[in-house]
Amino acid sequence: MSDEVQIDQEVYDRLIGEGKSERIARAKAKAASVRKQKIEEGQSLGPKPAEEASKALEEFRSSRGGGGGVATKTAAPADGGSGGRLTPEERAQRVAASLGNGGDSGSVGVPASSDHTHRLLALVPPAGIQQVQSKQMDKVYTWPHLLLVEFVALLAVGSLLLIVSFFLDAPLGSLANPNEVPAINKAPWYFMGLQELLAYFHPAVAGITIVGATVALLMALPYADKNPSARPENRKFAAMAFTFFLAFWGILTMIGSFLRGAGYEWVWPWVQGLGFTL
Amino acid sequence: MPKLPKPPSYSDVKGSVQDNVIWKSIFRPGSIYRKGYRDTSRDRALAAMNNVLYHLHPVKVKRHGLKLTYTYCLGGLSFFLFVLLTITGIFLMFFYTPAAGAGTEIAYMNMRELSASVTFGGLVRNLHRWGAHAMVFAVFLHMARVFYHGAYKPPREFNWVVGVILLLLTLFLSFTGYLLPWDQLALWAVTVGTNIAGFSPVFGDQVSFVLLGGVQIGPETLLRWYVLHVLFVPFITVVFLAVHFWRIRKDGGISGPL
Ligand code: HEM
Repeated sequence: MSDEVQIDQEVYDRLIGEGKSERIARAKAKAASVRKQKIEEGQSLGPKPAEEASKALEEFRSSRGGGGGVATKTAAPADGGSGGRLTPEERAQRVAASLGNGGDSGSVGVPASSDHTHRLLALVPPAGIQQVQSKQMDKVYTWPHLLLVEFVALLAVGSLLLIVSFFLDAPLGSLANPNEVPAINKAPWYFMGLQELLAYFHPAVAGITIVGATVALLMALPYADKNPSARPENRKFAAMAFTFFLAFWGILTMIGSFLRGAGYEWVWPWVQGLGFTL
Repeated sequence: MPKLPKPPSYSDVKGSVQDNVIWKSIFRPGSIYRKGYRDTSRDRALAAMNNVLYHLHPVKVKRHGLKLTYTYCLGGLSFFLFVLLTITGIFLMFFYTPAAGAGTEIAYMNMRELSASVTFGGLVRNLHRWGAHAMVFAVFLHMARVFYHGAYKPPREFNWVVGVILLLLTLFLSFTGYLLPWDQLALWAVTVGTNIAGFSPVFGDQVSFVLLGGVQIGPETLLRWYVLHVLFVPFITVVFLAVHFWRIRKDGGISGPL
């Protein structure tokens, strides 16, 4: 095991010829040569049956010097020249130590006793799992900092709403009558922009085309905006375009809400009164 | 004279209340209700971690996100208003019947009685009404702040789309609720609104038929919109809210700093 594994040149060349990357070709060629070697030595491929596995383990134990009594829980392998890597034996000792059986069973990936229901597949050094490139951010604890801010915001808005509700009653008109169209006939305020559009365009345009386009544009926006920067100075066009968009609907909504009266005619609220109900 | 038993001390009571299997099964190890709270980093972390709020908040958040002028709390307030509307709405449901057949306009009667003879009825109705307007407004503002911060940029594109769906759901929630008082205002505001949907070129008639339960707004519409308003749309909204909040955390928390 200690000697360098050869790669199977034939497999390697074939994979390179197929356009596989160098790394993949090398890995597969290595695996192929190991497989070939095993077949030559008369070993079977694939997972070993249970007795064979325990026999292999027995051999491994004896090759380690009889029962592994040498293992200590704080085994600090001398890894001078090996560049921080453990030899398989040292790793096995660590696994055993971390499983808490002091290496007595010498269990490496194989249940030491029948009441183990799982086995350890591998120990992976933390650096091998992921390499985090991002910088550490300046962070604070959610409790108390964020939760306190949230609580104050909630109290402020809650009490504001309570005060408004105490002094201002929600409207309730006379009983609905399908035969009596009221003089001032308006949609809720958030649809007033739409209703105002209906005053200018054919319903098929105002109602569906413009609304459909608005919703579609909104949903497509993050995919359409390819500018990676979020800094205001790099997004002047986007900010301007969105401001126009908001102003367009805002102004239509204002006109519809405050400057339209009976029969949806143009009115001045200080002359004819406010034709607007929330 | 027989000696009266000494009343147990506070710490005895506290000990026996907290030191048993039931209490310990409710509060997780490290919970401040199990072992008290000291203002240490460890307990601050545990306060967030051993709390159901851990579904919403991580243990630590970016410092700049705390500044009021970053989020203006608008997303959080939209959610707060949604919760408030759910609570006040449940209250209102106890006093409301969605019936409006000719001569049996119970829905409208209920609305009159609510202010006249239900304790806090008028106040709760006002809270529900003004809260609904406030929520629509807060969601609009939240969308604007997300835009101006460029907070929809990768990896947050999809959460913006979820947000747009939430905006539409919020509008639909508000709109379906608008009809329920069954007064002139409700009937005609909703008539104007649904006429717009009826103008859709291909499926216009079908859409308005499904929405209205007929060719014009009537008692069937009221029942239909009631179910949409109190059950169906809130349910869908909660599902999308869950996705929205989950994505905020998976996308790396709040965006920025700018
Ligand atoms: C029912 C409506 C909504 C609720 C309750 C809600 C809630 C929230 C909350 C609590 C946050 C955390 C940050 C903050 O408070 O600003 C957030 C972030 C976000 N929301 Fe919403 N939202 C809603 C609607 C929308 C809409 C309409 C949009 C956009 C069209 C949107 C897009 C986003 C995006 C992209 C973020 C991430 C922002 C960042 O990381 O800075 N949301 N939302």
